[in-house]
Amino acid sequence: MMPFQRSCKQVSALLVAREDRSLGWRDQLGLRMHMAICAACPVFERQMLTVSNVLRQWRNYRSDETTP
Amino acid sequence: MSSPVTASFEQQLVDARAYLLRYARLQLRNDAWAEDAVSETVLAALAKPQSFGNRSQLKTWLVGILKHKVIDALRLHSREVCAPDFGPDDEADPLEWIGFKPDGHFSQAPADWGDPQQQLASRQFFEILDACANKLPPTQGRLFLMREWLELSSEDICKELKLTPTNLYVQLHRARLRLRECLELNWFKSSKPT
Repeated sequence: MMPFQRSCKQVSALLVAREDRSLGWRDQLGLRMHMAICAACPVFERQMLTVSNVLRQWRNYRSDETTP
Repeated sequence: MSSPVTASFEQQLVDARAYLLRYARLQLRNDAWAEDAVSETVLAALAKPQSFGNRSQLKTWLVGILKHKVIDALRLHSREVCAPDFGPDDEADPLEWIGFKPDGHFSQAPADWGDPQQQLASRQFFEILDACANKLPPTQGRLFLMREWLELSSEDICKELKLTPTNLYVQLHRARLRLRECLELNWFKSSKPT
């Protein structure tokens, strides 16, 4: 396998991991290279972005919601 | 202007108990700790009503105090807070919840969730999110909410709870994948309100 080649499974793991830690440069490069040629992983990436957006809105909702 | 503790201020605090308790329970996953954290929040609010001052949102102020009390509780009970969860989740590779072939390709392409910004900002959606968070195993849920509700950095969580980064990342990773799965099943795949 090429040094920066990553499978969809590895890329999915990286897309989840980067929410909580920063990725090393090898992983970042592997991620970018894979995303450029894959149709499925960008869809999974959008799912994860939706999840983090949603969590941000949830946090705001939970502290700003006016008491009935 | 220093505002004396008025009957209506006290009443508002009493009314606030229920929602503060809901948040404390979700984060602490222990009713006794949650009750304590909420009581301390109300006591702190009663002791310093002037620090509420002219802020418009009582709730925002109280939730801010609650977060500190909850962090104190997590610190105090740190050993139990990160006790290992035992359950069917434990050993499995969480990526298998998505489904991959042996060669690392998706067994089924992930679904396009569309651009759901509008419908997601609804009370109904946030209730599903609460339920999904509550379904996480207790330790996993506590760690995940420390990140997402208390907004602590991974480094701070490790320091407070004396966890190794690897341990923490495994738990957060599982929690994120569980949450993704729960939202997909309960929101994106079920009939959505339009």
